[in-house]
Amino acid sequence: MNEMRLTIDGREVTATEGMTVLEAARSAGIFIPTLCYHEKLEPYGGCRLCMVEAETRGRTSLVAACVYPAVDGLLVRTRSEKLDRIRKTILELLLAHAPESPVLLDLAAEYGAEVNRFEHQASFCIHCGLCVRYCAEVKQKHAVGFVDRGIRKEICFIPEIAAKECPDCQACFPLCPTSYLQSVYVLTEALAFPASAEAGKA
Amino acid sequence: MDLERVDQIIDKHQGEASSLIQVLLDIQSENHWLPRDALERVGRKLNVPYTRIHHIATFYKAFSLVPKGRHEVHICMGTACHVRGAARVLDTVRDATGIKPGETDLDLKFSLETVNCLGCCALGPVMEINGTTHGNMTPGQTAEVLKQYE
Repeated sequence: MNEMRLTIDGREVTATEGMTVLEAARSAGIFIPTLCYHEKLEPYGGCRLCMVEAETRGRTSLVAACVYPAVDGLLVRTRSEKLDRIRKTILELLLAHAPESPVLLDLAAEYGAEVNRFEHQASFCIHCGLCVRYCAEVKQKHAVGFVDRGIRKEICFIPEIAAKECPDCQACFPLCPTSYLQSVYVLTEALAFPASAEAGKA
Repeated sequence: MDLERVDQIIDKHQGEASSLIQVLLDIQSENHWLPRDALERVGRKLNVPYTRIHHIATFYKAFSLVPKGRHEVHICMGTACHVRGAARVLDTVRDATGIKPGETDLDLKFSLETVNCLGCCALGPVMEINGTTHGNMTPGQTAEVLKQYE
């Protein structure tokens, strides 16, 4: 295993090959905010909240820490005026979709993001993909997936699989930062397999 | 579409999961839409989860999950065609077929779709039916062309 030394927020951090900047920072106890990151899942790079400044050979670039590989001699800054501004805007854009999400509101308070800056669009899903990826990668049930693309992209349960697998699993529920997942599930249940749900309760 | 034909298409691509999109495209071009049982068959044979197939089939505009008409009408709404009166051509087609863009008529004769540029702006306004390009359309001509299709 190759050991690498990088500097994160002025602190020397050692990382092994294959680690991302985020993992290196976490292992040293340095906090970087994330929404789509989960330690059991492949990095996704979807929420962009883990954006950090990475400096190599005098050049600074903005990278997503959860997918950026740690390299030797890398200089990382996790907080700066620029980063705070970026995270604030990202949070404001996400809050337009899920204005009541506790996770988002906590981060919004930290970065001074305004809930009402952008017109609210009641989609509630912030496309972090935690439920979809957890179901596919950890549970390997593939009961929930994305449909469509762009502004119409949303999550969707496959009723046949959901009726069989979901009532006893529901491991994705606590992962959702907005509770939208639960409502999609309840809707699927109501439309596709209400009887089996009753049987489960009895 | 019978599932035997779906199997043939899958075999043609050696049952490789990486050929998923190609398989779906072949089914789409033969059947004009992707029925649920065909998609499930593809998923089982290529060992791809149904959620993934569903994602791909809804992602690309080339795929349709609802039946399409025998004749697919594409009206170009690009800048050049727009300036040359594509809106009037579209109105004529809507009047003649009774359907809006994105819809299919009840007897599965026509499906209507607007597209953003067909790449032959000098022929605008352009209407494409089943891949055949009809250029310099006037509302009158449009109605005539539509009558040729059964």
